[in-house]
Amino acid sequence: MSEEKNITESTKYETFTQEEYMIMKDDLLRPIEKIGKAGKIWIAFLVAVCLAGVVAYYIQETKSKYVTVSLRDYTMWGVYISNFVFFVALSLVGVLMSAVLKLTHFEWYRPLSRIAEVIAVGAIMLAGVSIVAAMGRPDRLYYLVTHGRIQSPIVWDIIVIMTYLATSIILLFIPLIPSLSTCKNHLKNLPKWQLKMYEMLSFGWEGTPEQWKILKKTVKILTVLVIPLGISIHTVTAWLFALTLRSEWDSTNFGAYFVSGAFLLGSAAMIIATFIFRKAYKLEKYLTEMHFDKLGQVMVLMGLIYAYFNINEYLVPAYKMSGLHANHLLNLFTGEEAPFYWSVVFFGIVVPCILPMFKKMRKPLPLTIIALAVFIAGWFKRYLIVIPGLLHPYLPIQDVPASWTHYSPSLIEWTIVAATFAAMMLIVTLFSRYFPIISVWEVAEGKLEGKEEIINYK
Amino acid sequence: MEKENNNSSRRNFLRLGALGSVALAGTAIASAVSCEDKAKTGKKVKVLTADGKLIEIDSSHVEHHASNDKFSKEEVRQGIEGKKFIRVIDLARCANERKCVEGCQKAHNILAPVEYIKVKKMQNSALESPYWFPTMCYHCDNPPCTKVCPVDATFKRSDGIVAIDNDRCIGCKFCMAACPYSARTFNFGRPEQVKYSEEHKNDTSDPNHCITPYAQEGTVAKCDFCTDRSAHGLLPACVVECPNGAIFHGDELEDVVTNGEDTFRLKKLLADRAGYRQFEELGTKPRVYYLPPVKRNFPFEDATEVHNTKE
Repeated sequence: MSEEKNITESTKYETFTQEEYMIMKDDLLRPIEKIGKAGKIWIAFLVAVCLAGVVAYYIQETKSKYVTVSLRDYTMWGVYISNFVFFVALSLVGVLMSAVLKLTHFEWYRPLSRIAEVIAVGAIMLAGVSIVAAMGRPDRLYYLVTHGRIQSPIVWDIIVIMTYLATSIILLFIPLIPSLSTCKNHLKNLPKWQLKMYEMLSFGWEGTPEQWKILKKTVKILTVLVIPLGISIHTVTAWLFALTLRSEWDSTNFGAYFVSGAFLLGSAAMIIATFIFRKAYKLEKYLTEMHFDKLGQVMVLMGLIYAYFNINEYLVPAYKMSGLHANHLLNLFTGEEAPFYWSVVFFGIVVPCILPMFKKMRKPLPLTIIALAVFIAGWFKRYLIVIPGLLHPYLPIQDVPASWTHYSPSLIEWTIVAATFAAMMLIVTLFSRYFPIISVWEVAEGKLEGKEEIINYK
Repeated sequence: MEKENNNSSRRNFLRLGALGSVALAGTAIASAVSCEDKAKTGKKVKVLTADGKLIEIDSSHVEHHASNDKFSKEEVRQGIEGKKFIRVIDLARCANERKCVEGCQKAHNILAPVEYIKVKKMQNSALESPYWFPTMCYHCDNPPCTKVCPVDATFKRSDGIVAIDNDRCIGCKFCMAACPYSARTFNFGRPEQVKYSEEHKNDTSDPNHCITPYAQEGTVAKCDFCTDRSAHGLLPACVVECPNGAIFHGDELEDVVTNGEDTFRLKKLLADRAGYRQFEELGTKPRVYYLPPVKRNFPFEDATEVHNTKE
């Protein structure tokens, strides 16, 4: 089926000309040339939230943590770790939207791949920040290198996250080289340093057939490599939980369950980002309704896979209701957390599985609203995975202060979490201000499928 | 090889000497008391000479002696040779008087609500009778906590104790997540606690006091079987404090446990009284055994008082 699609899509653009290419360049490079007032306000807002996070972190680290954060002995991981899991999940968007689609020849990936990769790089960095925020002794972070033990899943996680980050950055950067050269040649009204930066970063790219050959080959290798790496980071993150003896995490399903959830979250994030870039940078010609239609279909597919793993994760132990699981499961299904849990199931699983099945729901606006619901529910889903179980250990919690048996994140914790989101959006925004967020040559190449001329356009 | 053996048997011997158990023949004593030019500590220790005489010498002459009070980092990690600490808790004797909890808090300079030893009310099913259940770190032989530590800050020692190196701990709390018994606590830097730790740092007025300091802020702490008291041949604070003698502490290799008054053969006690370990199915192999609450010394009285309400 995909092959048929390729043929129709590639034949559609037979009449692609040099003039059209110039227009395309103008369109796609416009966001770099001028920045509107709204854009400036948006960046200022994100910077302000990030600074608030820095201040909050400073307060957390200099004052007593017993006062500044709500973490206690039972809920020792709290919202920082659920936020970490969320960001690791989000970073898989690069795998899904760039690598998987590219390798399976879904041509519509072309204008989306760079957006996905920037989100992935930003998310994986902020996942690291979330972990450091959760640490009791961040000043001893380097012990992980000087005293690291390979037996510990944390060390595995650090190794795969670092590898994935490095690979993602390279995968983002290499296809960017021709675009930088395009920027250098095409955009003349920019500050000197910016042109100089393009010049330096494009490493003397001339677009010779040989250079293109090397670039294509490198990208292909990295694209193949990034898939197992992405799956590893989220599987190992799932193992941080599944390798403990706690009943709520004691599951052989956890790795696949986390990866499937990450793909659903990735499709939601992609829809939101596509919608925003389309509106903000007026890219309707490139980020078309067709993309929303396809992304909506991806969301249904990923939603169904995620639902399948959720059924395995919750309903299989619920059927048996063993003494070890009952405590935690009943709390989620009918206990204190039930309204919370069922709303997350509704917005995070039912909605993405059903609503985008209808064509009308796959129009940009309705689909973005759905995606927002899935995105937010996705964040709370990670909260539900990490926290309520901690309050239902094997041995009953007795005779402790009220704050030990109920966890609600403090203002400091919320500020830091908000700052991680702001920082991620800031990374994506700033990137799109200095580099073409849609890869000009990749889009052009898609439209010229089968023709060799592309290498002559600079 | 020869030298190593020599060294270890000497160390063993001297420790035993400090414990007052004058039993082994000291073969290497001469070399231990050779260096005359060391600065004197003023502390006298009793040692047994090769010809069976008990003499008193300055502690500076002996290496690795408990009376030197300080163990090197390496020694703390390795544990006490020839020991395998073990514990048996007789649930029939526990009346929830909480003396173990308070004694432990005092010994380790910790304040409520942090408890290394907790007494929980357990009831397995509606028709079974409730009982009091003291829990603490079980110093498992297959410890899930030490496996996950990324920096080897918590480790299993040769004497069975699962210990924490608070200078190493990075505060990731993974060990706390990994422990199925919720035995570990975290120093979140509660202001009262910080002040109390500072004030009582050198307080030795309590005879049960442990010199191992409370965890540094941002690191993990838990029951350490009163490691330093064990090294000096003393029973842990909770064992000493229990008015009913419910907690028996001892050495698996010697096959003996004691609550300070009664001493039992470990294997016989476990066999006679149907000793068991909590959550055997988790495979953690705890070093703490329980004797079922049968033929109780006290009727079960529910606790009317809550202790740890203060934040």
